[in-house]
This record gives sequence, C-alpha cells and structure tokens, in this order.
Amino acid sequence: MATVRKFKFSATVVAAAALVLAACSSGSSDEASSASVDPNVDITTQKLVISNWAGYYPEDLAAKVKEAIGVDITITNHATNEEVMGKLTASDDSGIDVAFVSGQYAQALASAGKIINFDKAAIPNLANLYPEVADLAYDKGTNYSAPYAWGTTGICYRSDLIDFTPTSWNDLLNPKDSVKGKTTMLATERWLALPAMKALGFSVNTTNADEIAKAKEQLIATKPTLLAYDDTAFYTKLVSGEAVLTEAWDGWCNYGIAENPNIKFVIPNEGSDLWADTMVILSSSKNKEAAHAFINYILQPDVHAWVANNILYKVPNKAATETLDPALATSYPNMGLTPADLLKGEVVVDLGADSRIYTDLATEVTSS
Amino acid sequence: MNKSGGSKSSRQLGWFWSLPGLIFLGVFAAFPVISMLLMSVLTAGRFGGVTTPFTLDNFVRATDQTFLKVILTSILIAAATAILSLLIGFPTALFISRLTRKWQIILIIAIILPYWTNFLVRTYAWLVLLNNEGIINKFLRNIGLISQPIEMLYTPFAVIIGMTYLYLPLMILPIYAALEKVDKNLVEASLDLGSSAWKSLRTVSIPLAMPGILIGLIFVFVPSMGNFVVPELLGGGKTVMIGNLVRDQFLKARDWPFGATFALVLTIILIILISIQSRVSRKVNINA
Amino acid sequence: MPKKINLSTIVAIFALIFLYLPITAVVGLSFNTSSNSLIWKGFGFDWYKNIWSNEAIVQGFQRTLFVAIVTTILSLVIGTTISIGLNKMKAGGFLRTFSTAPAIVPDLVLAIGLLTTFSMFSFNLSLLTVIIAHTAFCTAFVVAVVLARIGLIDPSIEEASTDLGASATKTLFKITIPQLMPSLTAGAVLSFTLSMDEFVIAFFTNGPETPTLPMVIYSMIRFGVTPEINVLGTLLLLVSFVGVIFAQRIGKVADSI
Repeated sequence: MATVRKFKFSATVVAAAALVLAACSSGSSDEASSASVDPNVDITTQKLVISNWAGYYPEDLAAKVKEAIGVDITITNHATNEEVMGKLTASDDSGIDVAFVSGQYAQALASAGKIINFDKAAIPNLANLYPEVADLAYDKGTNYSAPYAWGTTGICYRSDLIDFTPTSWNDLLNPKDSVKGKTTMLATERWLALPAMKALGFSVNTTNADEIAKAKEQLIATKPTLLAYDDTAFYTKLVSGEAVLTEAWDGWCNYGIAENPNIKFVIPNEGSDLWADTMVILSSSKNKEAAHAFINYILQPDVHAWVANNILYKVPNKAATETLDPALATSYPNMGLTPADLLKGEVVVDLGADSRIYTDLATEVTSS
Repeated sequence: MNKSGGSKSSRQLGWFWSLPGLIFLGVFAAFPVISMLLMSVLTAGRFGGVTTPFTLDNFVRATDQTFLKVILTSILIAAATAILSLLIGFPTALFISRLTRKWQIILIIAIILPYWTNFLVRTYAWLVLLNNEGIINKFLRNIGLISQPIEMLYTPFAVIIGMTYLYLPLMILPIYAALEKVDKNLVEASLDLGSSAWKSLRTVSIPLAMPGILIGLIFVFVPSMGNFVVPELLGGGKTVMIGNLVRDQFLKARDWPFGATFALVLTIILIILISIQSRVSRKVNINA
Repeated sequence: MPKKINLSTIVAIFALIFLYLPITAVVGLSFNTSSNSLIWKGFGFDWYKNIWSNEAIVQGFQRTLFVAIVTTILSLVIGTTISIGLNKMKAGGFLRTFSTAPAIVPDLVLAIGLLTTFSMFSFNLSLLTVIIAHTAFCTAFVVAVVLARIGLIDPSIEEASTDLGASATKTLFKITIPQLMPSLTAGAVLSFTLSMDEFVIAFFTNGPETPTLPMVIYSMIRFGVTPEINVLGTLLLLVSFVGVIFAQRIGKVADSI
C-alpha cells in the first residue's frame, strides 16, 4: 500500500540520519582541563548560575555575594546528586557555572572532562582548609573540587518513640518488630548500599561480585520492613512520627532536631563513610573568573563559619571551625565531630565504569 | 483506500498550507522520538550520550530477571488502574448519559474541574490522605474502627489509587461519548422486546459503546505505564515501573541506549493496543 | 429514562466523592497554620499571606503562564494550518496519524526524545526549548480537534467566496475561521490547560535557571508535606473555576451576537 511504503521509506531516512548524528556527537575529552584565570577580567560583568541543594545555603547568600564581590548569582536547586549529574551530563552546556556535588561525583565529572582544575592562585583561601582535605581519595590534592561541607552517614531516630538506643546498622537492616514499617533508607545508590556493606564488613567502594551479591541479599530482605526509600523528606517523616528510625546524613538530621529535640543522631559501631559536598566549576562556564572568586569567597573563614551556623553541617575549613560557638555542638552533636572522628569513616570514591554495578544493585533492590 | 484525493490544484494548495506545520512536527516530534528509540541499538558513551558500535546487548540485558520484573509490575499496575477506572467509570458514564441535557453538562464539568488543578498537587493530596498519620487513618482511629494505622501509603495500592484518580476522567469521557452515540431506539427496542435493563445493557449498549470503552482503557493504561511521578511520590521508591526505569537510566545511570530500550518497549505496547482498538472499532461500525 | 436509584447511581456518587475528596483535603489544609500538613495547628490565612513572598512560586507561575500563552498561540496557528491543508488535499490516514501522534505517544517518550535531540545539536535548554516542546505536543491536540470539525464544513461556501473574487486571505478570515471558531476555542482551551499543567516534558527540556510552576511544585513536594502546596492548589482551582464560568459567559454573549 502506498501509504505504508511511504511510511517505511521516510522512517528509514529519519532513522539513518538519526543514527549517524547520534554516533557522531559523542565523546568529550578525558581528564579535567586546567583553567587559567585571566586577572584582567572585570568579574562584576559576569553572572553565575549555581546549582545547590535547597536549604543548603543561607537565604541571603546571593545578596551577600553581590555585596562582597559584585557578582550576580542565580541559585537553582537540585534534590539529589543524581539529579544534578543528569543535568550536567545531558548536554554540552547545561547553563550551570558552579555546581555543588558530592566528592565521588566530582571525581566522575573530572574524569569526563566536564569540570576544570582550579587556578589555585585565584583561590588563596584554599589554605584555610584542614590539611587532611588534600588526602581525600576522590580528589587528592584538591585540584578540581573545593569542599563546602563534610560529614558522615548514620541513623537519625525518634528517641521518644522507640524503646531502645540504636547502635548498629542491623537495627535498620533487620529491625525489631516495634519499628517495622516505620523505617526509611536513603535512595541514592551508594548510600543505599552503605548500611549493608558496613554491617557485613565490606568496603563501601567494593566491586567484588561476591560481596555485592551478599549485600544485595541483605538489602532485599530489608525492603519489606521499610516504610519508604527517602533522600529528601525523611526528617519530616520523623517529625510527624510516620517514621521512627531512618538512614540519614548527619547534617540533614539537624533539620529534624531543630523541629523536635527528641530526634537524635548516632553513627553505628560498624562504622560509616566520609562524604564531602564540594564546589566544582564547569568547563562549559563562560564565567570562570567569577566562579573562582565565588569559591574563594565561600572559603573565607567568617563566611564559611556563617554557612556552618546556618546549615548546621560541619565545614572542612579549619579557620572557620575554630571560630564556631562550642554550644552549637551541644544542641547538634554532629557539629562536635572532629576531623579525626570523620576520618574514621571511609571516603566514597567514584568507581568509573563499575558505577553501573551500584546502579543495577539499587534497581534490583528497589524493584524486588 | 488511503490515497490523497481531491483535484490537483486543491492538493497543491493543501501541501502549501500544511507543509510548514508538518515540517515543524517532523523536526520536533517525529525525529526526536524515532531517533531516541533507535538509540537502543547503540552503546552508551562513557559519561552519557551514545557512540557506536551498534549492538543488541541492550535488548539482551533487558531480558534480565530484574528488568522483566519491572515490566511485569508496570503492566500489572497499569492494568489494575485501567480496570479500577473502568469499574468506576463505566457506571458513572452510564448514569450521566441517562440524565437530562442540562444535568449532563453540569456533571461533565464537575468531572473535568478537578483536572484543572495541577496534577502534582492532586497526587500530593493523597500523601496527606493515605498517610499512616494522615486524615483517613486518624479518622478511622478516632471513631475506634482500628487501633493501628492501615498501611496504605508507599504501597502499590497507593500507586494504583493515585493513578486511577488522575486518569478517571479520561475513562469517563470517551465512554460517555460512545454511549451518547448509541442509538437510543435500539435500546428502547430491546426493552420493548422484553429484555431486562441489565440484559439490554449487556447485549446492546456495551457492545456498541465498545470503541469508547477501549479508548478509555488505552487512555488510562498507557499513561499509567509511563508514569514515574506517582510511583515515586506515592510508592515510596518501593514500586519501580517502566517510567522510573527510563527516567533513572537517562538521568541517573546516564545509560541512554538502555533507557531507550525501555522507551521502545513502552511504545510497542502502545502500538499494539491501538491496533487492537481500531480493529474492534471497525468491526463495531460495520455491525452497527 | 430510569430515575430509580440503581447500581450506576451509587457508583456515580462514589466517583464524585472520590474525585473531590483530595480536593477538599487540599482546600481544607490550606487553612492549616502549622508548617507540617499532617499536624493540624489551627485555622488561619497565614499561608495565603506567605505565598506571595515565595519568589520561586511567583516566578514559576509567571513563567508557566508565559509558556502556556505562547504555546497556545503557536499551536493554534500551526495546528490550524495543518488541518486546513490536510483537509484540502483530502489527506489519508498516514498524514492524519502523523499529525496527531504526538498527543498519543507517552509524554515520557516525547520528553526524552526532545532532550536527546536538543543535546545532539548542542541546543541549550531554556524556556525556549520548553515552548518548542509544548508546541509540538499541543499542536497535535489542536489538529485532532480542528480536523474533526473541518471535514464537516461545507466547502461550497468557500468556493463561492473565491468565485466572487475574494482573495485567499479574505476568504480565510471571513469565511473559514469563523466556521471553525468552536474548534479553535476548544483547541485553545485544551492547549492552554495542557501546557499550564504539564510537568514531564518541561522537566526534561527546561534549562536550570527557569523552572516552571509544576517543576517548582515537584521540588517542594520532594521535601515533604508543606501547606504552601495546598494554598497553591486551592488558588489554581479557584482560577480554573472562575475561568470556566467566564468562558461560559463569553460563550453566551458570543451566541447571542
């Protein structure tokens, strides 16, 4: 039939064109490229688009930045690392200049050539960071990621609604009857796997097929006992009482503690991870000078301390942390953790091509 | 059968009018969909995007137990949603078709009006209603019917309810339109000949309204299968459907070809359903 | 017509309750003064006052409105020209299916297709790409609605007009379009509504700086149950309600002219 033939023909043409175009448009350079900041550029003429988590920065940050360095910034929000990674990798120029991503994702972006190595001369405040930061495995030497906040993952719970004190990841993975159906786990793949890895004594960065299989078994067994997988609203669930025991990032638990002092945070005795949320500059950015200035501004001791006070996360800034009010650590115990405490945790690194193992793991567990 | 008709000059005029628009749709609808679906035979670029070589690996991988389970779950949940919508929607459409014209219009508007609130807000309302600490549970506890909350939220049940709620108007309207077209004389005749109301419904109205019923089923089944928002918000991440899989592969795993594979599955199911619908509708039109 | 209470009546009433229960919850909770929707603190208009100062929501709404208006205009023009053309050449099934397919294809498939295409051609994502995407989507609906009616129009009136010497433009504006008016109105309303409410396509084709209202709502919902969403929902419902009544009035006025 004429129309069917017409359809088949045009479809073939479109198909061929599509495949050729798609295959041609791939590939970016490997390895982060270096940038050299042009000192003669007037950064007040540049604007920045910054992607960060909502509530992860003081509300008047944009105003303060404008006042201090004269640069206009627009802050857009992402709810999870995976979401912002999706935006950054979907096109050559996502329109974002500076992104806040967790360490292992910064490592992945660097390997893909999506972010630049800093021109360290333009960020002298890097010197304010704890010396241990330079050893963090996802970016040894602090070349392409400036840490903004760091911490660990643990259990955030309602001490008034449960009759015991959680001390182990197994309290979450194999919960007592009294808390079944009222627990949540983090949904992002690496953190979804974390409790099982640690409870079984494996590394959070393992790619050993055996270990992955055992962890998967445990996680699948845990799923029926969970209320939900939740990266973003677990603290509101604790406040409302829907959930009583949740896997949580330490600072995020503070949002809950602020609303209900019965909420407490604990690092299980099997150990946990050390994560860092970092600032990176996109290679596609046309405002690299302003970006460097922005990062330098954040790393100023008084600014970084202001951030810490505001978002209740620990900052890896030695000069800033020393100025923090010790009373803060009483209300929010995580603020009292020292770098030595944190370094007991295992640094999460990018697994490159093996990342797929954890993505598949997450899919298999959540769809079981 | 499908040849373009009309005189030569009117055909030329026709092309003159429609060509720009057709090109627009070609570039921004046909090409994107087809090229994306074809990515399923390519390989994922290291950090997103696609490269050669051509491969069928994605299809092989898609037959893995985990993924087949997701496809099956999607089909089951979408089917449950469609059936539930039918059970609620058909009697409702029937009821409306029997009212006076004025009341028909009022009820149709009443059915469509909720549609004018943002669908995310409407889905979110179920979060509040079905929550263990939410309105329904609190009410049932207050009147003493239950002592422990009924677990409704973050279950497949919540997902089905959420999607039925979203797509119910899409089931009611086509059925109502089809019932309206059914010649009332035929129904009257069957009643006059002694059939009970139920029998006349079964043998006359329903078969003649079948095209509308099938359209309603498709309008509910297909969007349900591709939906990722409702499983995410109301399913607590515990109910993974094709929509979630496609979204995750494209945005999280950055494996475009693999994501495209499932988009292809979704599209093929759609095409199959539509061909069934048009075949049945042709038969009904011939028999009527 | 059977007026007795029977099964279909009961189910119909249940359906209406089912449809309006969440809406009632949303409206009711919008007056909750607590910041957690699951905990009732008291009755008040607090959140109604607060919402205007929520920049994200206000800007999101403005952008969504802008996108919807532009999309409606574009899809009306493109959709109508396609319909007129297809009708003139008495187009067969293929072209008709081609023009209405975007409406039936799962929105996720269309959304991702557009994402990959824009990326392939290094076309940066922004409100413009959303407008293009929405227009493609809505045009299909306009074609479906207009094409249905245009086939019923008597072509002899148009022919008479051209025979009497009217130019093509004059015929178009004085004869064809007025006859198509009901479909054009339906198409415009459909386009506008679809675009205003549209989330999935916007989610994948929008740039990072300019979230549309549905995208703003989505991020808010991810963080938990907040009353601002309830207020927003109530306001949107009110606007639609007023819009329907308004459209009805206009319809009556137009009819009487």
